[in-house]
Amino acid sequence: MLQQVGRIMKETQAVIPIKEASFPAFFYDGLQYSPPARGTWNIVHTNMLVPESHQIYICALGCLRGVVLTAAEMGSMNRFSSIVIEEHHLYDGTMEDVIVDAVGDILDNLRPYVPKACFIYPSCVHHFMGCDMDTIYQRLRETYGQTKFVACWMDPIRRESKWTAEMRTRQQVYSLLQKRPLRHHDVNIIGSNLAVQDNCELVSLLQENHIVLHQLPTCDTYEAYETMASSSLNIGQEPLAKGCLAAMKQRLGQESLYLSSSWDLDEIERNLQKVAASLHISCPSYADKKRQCENALAQTRKYINNMPIAIDYTAVVRPFSLARLLLSHEFIVERIYADVANPEDKEDFYWIQSQYPQLQVYATRHADMRCLARTTKDPVLAIGQKAAYFTGTKHFVNIVEGGGLRDYAGVLRLMNLLQEAYDTEKEAKPYISRKGWGCTSCL
Amino acid sequence: MFMREAVSRIATYSADTFGVCSALFELGGMIVIHDPSGCNSTYTTHDEPRWYDTDSLIFISGLTEMDALMGNDEKLVHDVIEGARQFSPRFIVLLCTPVPLMMGTDFPALAQEIEKATGIPTFSGTTNSMETYEKGISWALQMVADHIVKENPVSNSGRFYCSWQPSFASQSQKAIPINIIGMTPLDFAYQGSEKTIRQLFSKRGFSVRSIWAMGSRIEEIEMAGQAQVNLVVSYGGLEAAKVMQKRFGHPYVIGVPMGPFQDTLCQALRQAVHTGENQYPCLQRIDDGKSTMAMIGESVYATSLAAALEMTIGMHVQVLCALEPAEHTLQQTDCCVSSEQELQLRLKSKKIIIADPLYRPICPKQGTLIPLGHEAFSGRMYEQQILDLMKPDIFHDFVKQIKGV
Repeated sequence: MLQQVGRIMKETQAVIPIKEASFPAFFYDGLQYSPPARGTWNIVHTNMLVPESHQIYICALGCLRGVVLTAAEMGSMNRFSSIVIEEHHLYDGTMEDVIVDAVGDILDNLRPYVPKACFIYPSCVHHFMGCDMDTIYQRLRETYGQTKFVACWMDPIRRESKWTAEMRTRQQVYSLLQKRPLRHHDVNIIGSNLAVQDNCELVSLLQENHIVLHQLPTCDTYEAYETMASSSLNIGQEPLAKGCLAAMKQRLGQESLYLSSSWDLDEIERNLQKVAASLHISCPSYADKKRQCENALAQTRKYINNMPIAIDYTAVVRPFSLARLLLSHEFIVERIYADVANPEDKEDFYWIQSQYPQLQVYATRHADMRCLARTTKDPVLAIGQKAAYFTGTKHFVNIVEGGGLRDYAGVLRLMNLLQEAYDTEKEAKPYISRKGWGCTSCL
Repeated sequence: MFMREAVSRIATYSADTFGVCSALFELGGMIVIHDPSGCNSTYTTHDEPRWYDTDSLIFISGLTEMDALMGNDEKLVHDVIEGARQFSPRFIVLLCTPVPLMMGTDFPALAQEIEKATGIPTFSGTTNSMETYEKGISWALQMVADHIVKENPVSNSGRFYCSWQPSFASQSQKAIPINIIGMTPLDFAYQGSEKTIRQLFSKRGFSVRSIWAMGSRIEEIEMAGQAQVNLVVSYGGLEAAKVMQKRFGHPYVIGVPMGPFQDTLCQALRQAVHTGENQYPCLQRIDDGKSTMAMIGESVYATSLAAALEMTIGMHVQVLCALEPAEHTLQQTDCCVSSEQELQLRLKSKKIIIADPLYRPICPKQGTLIPLGHEAFSGRMYEQQILDLMKPDIFHDFVKQIKGV
């Protein structure tokens, strides 16, 4: 008979008031739990953004399972293949030959279709085996000249290194771009899984100055993707974009500009001014936009009454910045769900720590989170899927990775979403169980 | 020669680690997969329909490169002990994955150390995350048979029941006590299968004492020694049944009760009790060597369904098994397949193929795929097509669908 196991805990180290939290890692990293909020993107989703590409993962069955079924749930099994590692491969010195032969087999089986590019993902064990991936790529390029092979890794064992699988993937999806003459009226946003909202001030600023914006999530064809090599400026807006910016500057000669995804109304303006300065265009005043945001914040605060708010780190790139915006407009932010903080949130974290020391910081993967009560005394308005799951609320804003929200338009849109969430009750399960928010899904 | 390793267009089966988790999910233990990341969310997203609403203690250790290289097993031991103090699980299981396997982590020693520190029985699974799920289920249920089932259970057979007590009816009819071994959501429709199997056997003069491990309290499984015969419903249950035979002398029968095959199984169960010998009714099938119908699936389930269909429509069904088959299930015309290409070749001449929908890309164009979702293959994708074919009406509709081709 299915029943709740374990016990209701009287004490837990998975929740602390922010006054006791030390920046940036808040909790001991012991046994890890996986809450069933699945909207965040993984490397398969990101790679699928490159049109006409194929992915091949070389892993143990346990590791393959998640990536295979990610592709399957996207309805994209025709763009995905696997090479299954067996135990003897770890010891018998055949791994390199197996990879070359199996990639060949897979490409032969796909014929007459020939993918433009093939992302190859070895896994953690290949590091430990000392697998000669360079020779493998060389042999593959010699044999299958029609396909470009891109070296990637799915190696979560190195997740604490400076070069994680996700960082590498975000960079490698642009590695197929070939150097071209640069066009000064073309700009890319790079390193993001989601396209920015059409009506944000960045898009308007570019349009008003007849500058074309390119984004990987809006590239429908490989040719459209290739044109990103012609842009003179790359804009990054989340930490994972930083590696892409540096690599593309070095390889393609494109200028780079990093704009932190702040929710502070003044910093948003400063970011837009940086864009204008980089492109040598004039920057309008955003005083009216700021006023609109102030009004929307005040009106939303009134609208949702005293409903407490919980924010999680998967909803937006800078949850502490968002919390600060809301707290400074008298919203009742009670909880932030984050295991660690984005370094860009440092100032906001300390501001909240000094002004709202009782705000609770919750872990998401700490083992205790498995058994903590997933209910709240009063209904909570959650921003993000994990916050929705852990609070058990029916009022939540369903976004991940910022949801494409940007600039003042992003603040206005979020206020609308908060009001909608306040008005509308919905069960979280069907929404948050789907993988890859914004991707196609057969569920 | 086909390459076993290359999988171009179809999914891969769930792993042994997840088989262990699935088999032990409801038994109140704490399972720790010694792995960097990913395993936990993979299992709980795709292979575990009970995860969202039920608090089973399944965690990963979060192994890092530095801990792996430096052999820092102390962190794992410390974290597991802390977890045990916090949650008081009934038992602890440590599971190995490829990196600890390469490091030569001494899991039995770590389990011993943890057991000594916590006083909680601790076991190390023989997983490597490279084998398929049924082997994990097999290890887990064998562990249950060895260590969780009590040695000398107090028999209910001598008790008297009053007419208002639920057990009165079965007592009066001398119902044969049985255990069902090997039922997990990886092979059986979740939410319903365990109820169906209880009902159908109780209607036929049996009393289901425990179902391993879906829908039974651990206390029921502890008393499983009270049964007279065990029914193995998947590969994962076979080794456990052998342990039960060794410990208690119970014979076992292999098969899943579907359609008219239910009667065959009931007869086999009685025969087993009567003779004390194991029975293999899945082998009693038509074998005309001219099959145009194939079924891909787990060996016990697939051969049972094949038997039930053959009895119903009189056509031979060839079983193609891409997993380790249970002994005494496949007959000569059935076969094990070891690669996608081999499977594709064997399907070429088939007109009707019963399989998980994710096999569609390698089915021949002229053939008809009868979708039968299998959680161990397609995860949660086709939950609506994971049929509880033990239910007569669902089996009837399924047959109708095949006849309509």
